[in-house]
Amino acid sequence: MDILKNKTVLIADDDVDIITQLTFQLKGFGMNVIAVESQKEAEAVLETTKPDIAIFDLMMENQDSGFILSYKMKKKYPKVPVIIVTAVTADTGMIFGVDTAEERSWIKADLYLEKGLRPEQLQMEITRLLTP
Amino acid sequence: MATLNLLIVDDEPGIRSGIRRILTDFCVDFPFLEEEFGFNIIDAGSGEDAIDIIEKNAIDIVLLDNKLPGMDGIEVLEYINKKQYDCNVMMITSYASLDLAIKATNNGAYNFVPKPFTPQELKASIEGITKNLYLRRMTKQLNTVGKQIRFQFLSVLSHELKSPINAIEGYLRIMEDRQVGNNLDDYELMIQRSLERIKGMRTLIMDMLDLTRLESGKKARDVKKVNLVALMKVSKDTMSPMAIQKNLKINIDTDPNEIFYIADQQEIEIIFNNLVSNAVKYNKDNGDVNCVIREDEHSITISVSDTGIGMSEDDISKLFQDFIRIKNEKTKGISGSGLGLTIMKKIVEDVYNGTVSVTSKEDVGSTFTVKLPKISYMG
Repeated sequence: MDILKNKTVLIADDDVDIITQLTFQLKGFGMNVIAVESQKEAEAVLETTKPDIAIFDLMMENQDSGFILSYKMKKKYPKVPVIIVTAVTADTGMIFGVDTAEERSWIKADLYLEKGLRPEQLQMEITRLLTP
Repeated sequence: MATLNLLIVDDEPGIRSGIRRILTDFCVDFPFLEEEFGFNIIDAGSGEDAIDIIEKNAIDIVLLDNKLPGMDGIEVLEYINKKQYDCNVMMITSYASLDLAIKATNNGAYNFVPKPFTPQELKASIEGITKNLYLRRMTKQLNTVGKQIRFQFLSVLSHELKSPINAIEGYLRIMEDRQVGNNLDDYELMIQRSLERIKGMRTLIMDMLDLTRLESGKKARDVKKVNLVALMKVSKDTMSPMAIQKNLKINIDTDPNEIFYIADQQEIEIIFNNLVSNAVKYNKDNGDVNCVIREDEHSITISVSDTGIGMSEDDISKLFQDFIRIKNEKTKGISGSGLGLTIMKKIVEDVYNGTVSVTSKEDVGSTFTVKLPKISYMG
């Protein structure tokens, strides 16, 4: 728990309710939250701020906004972990993962998560990514 | 000019050179083809040589003799069929037998030319086979594109349906764990937001149903004379509660006073409700919505303008795509399924042979204009 305290997390999601819920959970972990509702706003934040971790929604104003943001983020801050979350699942045939080296080479994210994650799971995943 | 690779398989050198002579400067063109087809001719004296060539080159058309020294023509045909090469095969045969014809047709031969044949007969057959090849490839390509569009639609739809479920699930979990304590009042906002998302999902489902019915052509239509001005007034009344909240004035300007049109009332209501509700939703407080209906000899023009936030050129270009909702600082908090304009455009264009156009200026407002021709629509 302590490892998350006062860490800054950038979240980008075009769904206000997801922002509300994530912000609530993350603040509960003791984190500082910067929340934006679009890829464009997230890019602007990254110009001036280096977060400790980022959580991006996949589909915002572009269908691959999350991928674009991860790419830009990794270019600027290669060490900062990125989580991509989305509602798109296997039933559309679109499955992503970052488990193999080949997938990691084009999806520049550290973790790929389905939406609807329980707070404990989220806390566990973030802790794992932030543990040196 | 496009060039097709044509392979002649015959053990008689005389036949091979004869065909080569006939087809060397031969071109196939049809009124519906975008370009002419010419032929690059390759020949083989045996089935084995033919297979070797087919494996190494992209062959489009094969002229295949059945009686060959080693493996016979049917065997070559079976091989092409098994490997699913994208080519058309025409059998050349000196003795026609029903047995051979059945066997060859079962293995996908396009047709037969009996030996001996005249140059005219050969050219006619090649024309047929080329046309068939072109159409078959075109159909395949169109099917692939159609499937892609459908897949795209479904994956976006799935996203649009799952988003509200996730949001509501998130709130329910927070409540389930009593994360804000035991007082129900503290969850008021979450309950309100959940109800709001359910409402949005219901709208999306209703719009989806409309669209599905339109696309399948199964929507029961009731076409009769309808009064467009009266229907515009109904739309105005429907949107009034929303307009009052923003202190908007909805004005109807019509000339002449009553305008009639042969149409399905429900379809016209969908068009008008879309126009007026967009003008209300994307308006600024204390603004105006102006609905102008005009009639001339050939058509009826309905234009609805707002004094709202407007759109950039870039936004306008994306406007009619499925599920597209222009997202920016100004459209925050405005809800919609993203299907309204798709549905409206489909009705106006596909059913009434009309047009939808839009002009807009950022921070000044947008005008949507629907033009319905008076005659010659498929209603």
